[in-house]
Amino acid sequence: MLIGGILVITRKNPVHSALALIVTLLAQASIYLMLYAPFVAGVQIILYAGGIMVLFLFVIMLVSIDRSMRERQFNSQWVAGIIAATALGGLFIAVYTKGTNIFPDHALPVVENDNTQKIATLLYGQYMFAFEIASLLLLVAIIGAVVMAKKKI
Amino acid sequence: MGQLVQYVQSYLKSNQTPGAAGNIFWMLVYIMLVFVGLSVAVIAMNWLERKILAHMQVRLGPMRVGPHGLLQPIADALKLLLKEDIMPTEADSAIFWCAPFIVVLAAFTVFVVVPFGPTHAITDMNIGILFMLGVSSLSVLGIVMAGWASNSHYPLIGALRSSAQMVSYEVAMGLAVVSAVLMTSLNASGTGTLSMIGIVEAQQAQGEWFIFKFFPLGLIAFFIFAVAMVAETNRAPFDLAEAESELTAGFHTEYSGFRWSLFFLAEYSAMIAVSSIAVTLWLGGWLRPFPHWLGGATWDQIFSFVPGVTFLFLSAITFFNVVRMPKHPYFRIQTIGLAGFGAVLGFIGLALFVPGVRVRIQDIFWFTAKVAGFMYLYIWYRGTFPRYRFDQLMKMGWKVLLPMGLGVLLLTACVGLFQQNLWHR
Amino acid sequence: MLHITTLHYLVLGAALFLLGVIGVLTRRNVVIVLMSIELILNAVNLNLVAFSRMWGGLHGQVFAIFIITDAAAEAAVGLGILIAFFRNKETINIDEVNLLKW
Repeated sequence: MLIGGILVITRKNPVHSALALIVTLLAQASIYLMLYAPFVAGVQIILYAGGIMVLFLFVIMLVSIDRSMRERQFNSQWVAGIIAATALGGLFIAVYTKGTNIFPDHALPVVENDNTQKIATLLYGQYMFAFEIASLLLLVAIIGAVVMAKKKI
Repeated sequence: MGQLVQYVQSYLKSNQTPGAAGNIFWMLVYIMLVFVGLSVAVIAMNWLERKILAHMQVRLGPMRVGPHGLLQPIADALKLLLKEDIMPTEADSAIFWCAPFIVVLAAFTVFVVVPFGPTHAITDMNIGILFMLGVSSLSVLGIVMAGWASNSHYPLIGALRSSAQMVSYEVAMGLAVVSAVLMTSLNASGTGTLSMIGIVEAQQAQGEWFIFKFFPLGLIAFFIFAVAMVAETNRAPFDLAEAESELTAGFHTEYSGFRWSLFFLAEYSAMIAVSSIAVTLWLGGWLRPFPHWLGGATWDQIFSFVPGVTFLFLSAITFFNVVRMPKHPYFRIQTIGLAGFGAVLGFIGLALFVPGVRVRIQDIFWFTAKVAGFMYLYIWYRGTFPRYRFDQLMKMGWKVLLPMGLGVLLLTACVGLFQQNLWHR
Repeated sequence: MLHITTLHYLVLGAALFLLGVIGVLTRRNVVIVLMSIELILNAVNLNLVAFSRMWGGLHGQVFAIFIITDAAAEAAVGLGILIAFFRNKETINIDEVNLLKW
């Protein structure tokens, strides 16, 4: 997964980047399976790898011109970027080395077979409001994307 | 040797799929069996499609290669393997190599959860149907990559059209699938399941196939799925993206030889995969017809003879054709070949009468028979319907099938809730 | 064989997050910047699901599903903006998105 991530940010050809991202997303789905979260893994494959990446590939084909591939690919602010990333990385390392003891090892519980049912109970029970808001958000996003990509309104 | 027999017997007594039991050896055996079976099915589909299309168009189809063209798929495979592998110069070579591989991978991985029987699946995932939908949506990526990597107009337009069509009809497919899964929750405990084997067992427990449930809701949901699955696999009448007269073979124009055969293999496997989803969800998977009207032990016995009888019938047809072959010395080898084929079919039919084999093969036979029915429907559609124009196609996907799917889902939920409240008053 | 604890998943999530941040800050191609944002969201999802596993409840997984949905919406809108911008300016270099400059 890390190799996929590194390939995403370093490839010059955006189509290669998109493929590396697909590999990363599929690896992420298998990590979800290792974490005993099969429903989230299934949703990840359907939505992310099967939907969002198709969208990305479509747009790359529409806007990718050869001129952009021959330009310098890294920003003029790459120094600031590296400094920010190093600071963030240092923060993470500090947190993890200081706090190794606060994350208990998980005992291996029995693999339950009703992960989907439990998620559904939570989703339609406790998080019902968030569910409705998410559907409204998707509606707004659909309308926004259609309006923005039209030739004339 | 005795230990091997004991191992085989211990497997035959288990009542779980190899994946659930964690048995790696049997899982590998099943994977090999499914892979070989699928390859044989694709080869048979190739021959069947050409013959059936030909007979629908009042001509004979391939007759020369083997007796009645039976060896034609082998000739096709040899030709494709020996053809030169052309790659356009400006094409992106890494993506050009990967694209058919991804499509084939997506089409074949789906068969991990297809249930051929109550314990005859490679594994029974808890999220079976979700997994199948997700992996079959990965083939869109392969098609887009194939069109892009060819670096020429026709494949690019073909790939974009084809993937837009597939993505649109995935939504309608998903809605139809959800309304079928909803019907699995109409039992005493009120919980449904997403696992493929669980769905068929729910149909068994509720006593009717989901296509007949809440008539006509199950039928409409099945109809939506049947239309969407034909559009999803880019087959007629929705094959604008790859039709020869429109776009010179669309996204696989620049592929030749072995790579093209990979696309072709993936297309037929995807057809079989979505047909098996339809069979599992609506037509009762491996259940024999009329499980409740003609129930009871004697009817079970009678129905268990059907596989053997079918194969004997097929071998009888073959022998009839042997007799009808021209009696010219040039045709001697073909006649002998056809007679041999008929003998093999008859032998299989006789072997299926053995009691032990009969009971275990019966589930696989009914499942395969239903999927074969769907394959015949696919070929029938190709021979009968004119092609949809692309804008008509997209209009139908979004403006007709999507509202119908939503309506069926809402009505199924309401009727199901009503029925549950009637039971648990 | 290494016993995989929650910490390992968190470190993986942090590394992915760092890669995403570097991608957002240093690439010029707008589409790749958007893809790095997806990497960041995935790292956050990984953290959430790892913690949900640690505590045993499923709230983390539900939240991860919401984030995936949200990421889809945001990718769609972001790419729509990109297309609209590209139609006017014919470039996808993020340094040239400077219409507010004097």
